[in-house]
Amino acid sequence: MLTILFDGIAYGMLLFVLACGLAVTLGLMNFINLAHGAFAMAGGYVTVVLVNRLGVPFLVSLPIAFLASAGVGFIFERTLYVHVYRKSHLDQVLFTIGLVFMSVAAVDYVMGSGQVFVQVPSAWQGKFDAFGVGIGRYRLLIIVICGLLTVALQFILAYTRFGSRLRAAVDDSRVARGLGINVNWIFALTFAFGSGLAGLGGALGAEILGLDPSFPLKFMIYFLIVVTVGGTSSITGPFLASLLLGIGDVAGKYYVPTLGSFVIYTIMIVVLVWRPQGLFSRATAR
Amino acid sequence: MTPPPAAVRTATEWLSARARWHPLEIVFWFAAFAAIYLFPARHLILTEIAWLGLFALSLDLILGYAGIISLGHAAFFGFGAYTAALLAKHEIIEEPVLALLISGCAAMTLGFVTSFLVLRGSDLTRLMVTLGVALVLRELANRYGWLTGGADGLQGASVKPVLGVFRFDMFGHTGYTYCLTVLFILFLVARRLVNSPFGLSLLSVKSNPLRSSAIGISVDARLVAIYTVAAGYAGIAGALLAQTTAFASLEVFSFDRSADLLLVLIIGGAGYLYGGLIGAIIFKFMQDYLSALTPQYWPFWIGLALVVIVLVGRDRITSWTTPIRLTAARLNWRALARRSAERL
Amino acid sequence: MPVVLETISLVKQFNGIIASDNVSLQIEKGARHALIGPNGAGKTTLINLLTGVSRPTSGRILLDGEDITDLSTHKRVRLGVVRTFQINQLFSDLTPLETIGLAVSERRGQGLDWWRIVGSRPDLVAEVVEILERFHLTDVIDKRTAVLPYGKQRLLEIAVAIACRPRVLLLDEPAAGVPEDERYEILAAVAALPSDVSVLLIEHDMDIVFSFANRISVLVNGALFIEGTPEEVAHDARVKAVYLGEELVDA
Repeated sequence: MLTILFDGIAYGMLLFVLACGLAVTLGLMNFINLAHGAFAMAGGYVTVVLVNRLGVPFLVSLPIAFLASAGVGFIFERTLYVHVYRKSHLDQVLFTIGLVFMSVAAVDYVMGSGQVFVQVPSAWQGKFDAFGVGIGRYRLLIIVICGLLTVALQFILAYTRFGSRLRAAVDDSRVARGLGINVNWIFALTFAFGSGLAGLGGALGAEILGLDPSFPLKFMIYFLIVVTVGGTSSITGPFLASLLLGIGDVAGKYYVPTLGSFVIYTIMIVVLVWRPQGLFSRATAR
Repeated sequence: MTPPPAAVRTATEWLSARARWHPLEIVFWFAAFAAIYLFPARHLILTEIAWLGLFALSLDLILGYAGIISLGHAAFFGFGAYTAALLAKHEIIEEPVLALLISGCAAMTLGFVTSFLVLRGSDLTRLMVTLGVALVLRELANRYGWLTGGADGLQGASVKPVLGVFRFDMFGHTGYTYCLTVLFILFLVARRLVNSPFGLSLLSVKSNPLRSSAIGISVDARLVAIYTVAAGYAGIAGALLAQTTAFASLEVFSFDRSADLLLVLIIGGAGYLYGGLIGAIIFKFMQDYLSALTPQYWPFWIGLALVVIVLVGRDRITSWTTPIRLTAARLNWRALARRSAERL
Repeated sequence: MPVVLETISLVKQFNGIIASDNVSLQIEKGARHALIGPNGAGKTTLINLLTGVSRPTSGRILLDGEDITDLSTHKRVRLGVVRTFQINQLFSDLTPLETIGLAVSERRGQGLDWWRIVGSRPDLVAEVVEILERFHLTDVIDKRTAVLPYGKQRLLEIAVAIACRPRVLLLDEPAAGVPEDERYEILAAVAALPSDVSVLLIEHDMDIVFSFANRISVLVNGALFIEGTPEEVAHDARVKAVYLGEELVDA
């Protein structure tokens, strides 16, 4: 049972790294980016190509996946997304769904439609026993990396100038602009960073979540759950939501396998109807 | 202090202008029915256009008229499809029209029950709740494979002849006539609805819910009502699919279906009832053409279409149809004559 | 005169800010009652509480003795509690004809009629045209609300409220933002309101207040500061102190 808890935590932290970019984008620009999963997929495939075909060491491929996804995110933001910020939510939804479809089909064309696996170095494979709990090495690695990232994110937000500018822009972008904060630049950097994190998450998660061209569609709902249940007014909200979702999903699939994701979806609907602003956010009028 | 009767008459003219049949509408329906006799070879694709148009019409009712963004409208479509398929397969209701009505009622019930979920929350939460409902239904259909056929789908759900007389055939002749007739009747009902005081209240709710409640409109009640009706329409569209193909599968609940539907409605334009029908025509012919070229990568073109439409701007695209609508208005000579008489 | 709308110890608190502080206000039947106070005093908050847009933290609201505190906005409108908004809340794509038509049709209980074509009832249309004539909106009767000049929109805002045949009408700064030359129509419309309608008027312009009201309540920091006839309020030293520098009309 503790193994399930452990696995759930690993899954949850992975979801957090994947989804936090989406949370910040939504909170910062009030922009519904359903294509977020595509950046995660990009990172995953970059790692697959680097490790499987080019023999790059796994741990080295992770930052490269981050940079690649961040780069793609930056380019897309400056060329495409920037035109859609002012449009209605319906337009944003249509636009990002369009991007998802295009990316899914493009990856299918280039990489084939089968599921791909990363050749994780043997050092990270398998389990070991600690205090009677079966601990998967790879999952431990995920927890460590994601934990460090979370701490780093919290540090950046709370103690750096960029962080305080970002928090100001999230709180009220008009006032932030009035204070001389270059909000457009913050949008671009944050979007790129969030996409990079998604890519890193995709790279890390390829082994656990399964990577194929339909990844953005399969996991879109999970990212959205993290963001809507966790709220967008802090990092801790999505973090807790991710953990809950991760543990809930792993436990659900283990104890009630026939119902699969049914439990998660139903809980999501109940939560959203009961508290539309999210379980953990301040009740801010949006 | 009653106003002069001429002023009242003019005001009545203006109020009911929305509801007047434009000549182009008559041309449209005439052409649609003429296609029964003129294009027998294309009846299969025309059948698909008919139920897809009905499905898009149902989305227009909630998106174009009530402003509810739904990513899971396929939930009702699928529910109707499976109901009709099950009724046919297990020979519970043999006659397709009756089965159609029952499937519509089933979908309406589902719509009513889930309508309360979309009343609260932002656009994003509505999106997610509607998506969630469709996903839940898909999971349930998958789980209860003994009933639904699971991932393989429900096969052999063939229906008896319509009204006992018109047998379904392989070429879609009966199918098209059947679907077109159903579409036309439901369209007429929807047309009455949106041009009624109720329809006007929907537009007001979409435009300014605060103001609407300040003139005594129960916003929640109106939304529940239109959501339920739209669900029924979607369910009937799904039932038409099941009846004309004698098949239903999990894919009727899929996100792809809801997303495709959004594209269909957006191509034609939301908010004037014909957008879904026009969009269905364009979409199906595009799909027919592009699938022949690149069968596997069809989603790429859908995605590209969506991206382009948004970047160009939906208003600019629907403004291409403005010349048509202006011409239609100009052809409305009765109102025109009266207005000029007033000015003299 | 009997009291038609009253609040009993109404309190509204937002996260530590007390927007309405124990307000007990009575509006008499047929009143021409003005509510004044400095900016941020809580006047619009009070209107929101009276109409159900906000829910009070504590306290009660009675309409003709009946407790309406828990009723939703649209139910209160049906009972006759109608308001106008300080910033126009109109339907930008509908015409004045359609807007008033909708209000009248809702009032007559035909809002759920989904079969009849809009405009097919001549008596309803006659009433709509009559209201539009009364508010001098016939020259823009068929234009989209979004293209109307601000003064006309403001007139429409009041006309919509009147179309609901209110028992109690809450006017939130009806002349706010209206250019000088268009103000007269607004003021004339307000002055011409039927005498059986009880009116609560929020205004900053003291000329309007003193020419319109027979009773004035002053709201400061969410609490009722003083109440009385225009003469009493005009000569009260405390009111002058609160409106630092503002000159009240010499009665």
